[in-house]
Amino acid sequence: MSYLKRVIYNCKQATFLIEKKSMGKISFREAIELRIHLYGCSFCRIYKKQSRVINEMVQELFRSSMQRNAKLDDGFKKELQDRIEEELNKN
Amino acid sequence: MDHQLHPHKWVTAHADYLYNFAITRINDDELAKDLVQETFLAALQKVEGFAGKSSERTWLTAILKNKIIDTYRKKSSGLRTSDIREAEDEQSDFFNADDGHWINNCPKEFGIEDKDALVSKEFERIMQRCLQKLPALWMSVFTMKHIDEEPTETICTELRVTQANFWVIIHRAKLNLRACLQKNWI
Repeated sequence: MSYLKRVIYNCKQATFLIEKKSMGKISFREAIELRIHLYGCSFCRIYKKQSRVINEMVQELFRSSMQRNAKLDDGFKKELQDRIEEELNKN
Repeated sequence: MDHQLHPHKWVTAHADYLYNFAITRINDDELAKDLVQETFLAALQKVEGFAGKSSERTWLTAILKNKIIDTYRKKSSGLRTSDIREAEDEQSDFFNADDGHWINNCPKEFGIEDKDALVSKEFERIMQRCLQKLPALWMSVFTMKHIDEEPTETICTELRVTQANFWVIIHRAKLNLRACLQKNWI
């Protein structure tokens, strides 16, 4: 298989480069190969968009669950503070 | 102004915050509670080292963060080469072994690609379920990178994985997450 054909067929490598590029650096050569691949591959073009959306959604999900404010129950809190006081009194 | 510590008020002031921080990252209620407790106890031992440069909450959160990384490490006990090989092998679910072309779970449009946000609650629920299916180590790499936005080098050092393995995990985690979404959404 020719070099160019290998680049055009290799979706595994292309999706790998999409991930790497989205949060790191890829080489100039890799960037060119990715561009060539994406030009001809509609699957990986969809993958690229979805990958970005997924990153944003995961971040959003974590942010909103941080705001949801799960509360510890009072019994557990009291025990916890007692434990701390106990340690403080040791000194 | 230098910050000061008030251990007598720690639980009232920070326990819920720390608990939330832990639960979103490890998804295990009992373990999250344990970690909050361990954080306070460890903090008491370090009181004298507190320089007042950061706020009390930031300082406590940093201690908790280290505790969480410890549990990630314990859960995965480092990343064995066999795990990586397994991950590589499993990739044949997705790609042709010879030329790397998609053979399974070929990406299809979800219908959310071009819109900004405003994703339905149902989609979020599916996402949450799919996230929970990821192996612990992948999940920790993923959250440290995407949520805490730690530099790759830091994550690799703390979780004791090589950079090459780091990218394999990131790729693998995303492929699985995406395939899971597609399976359950379309």
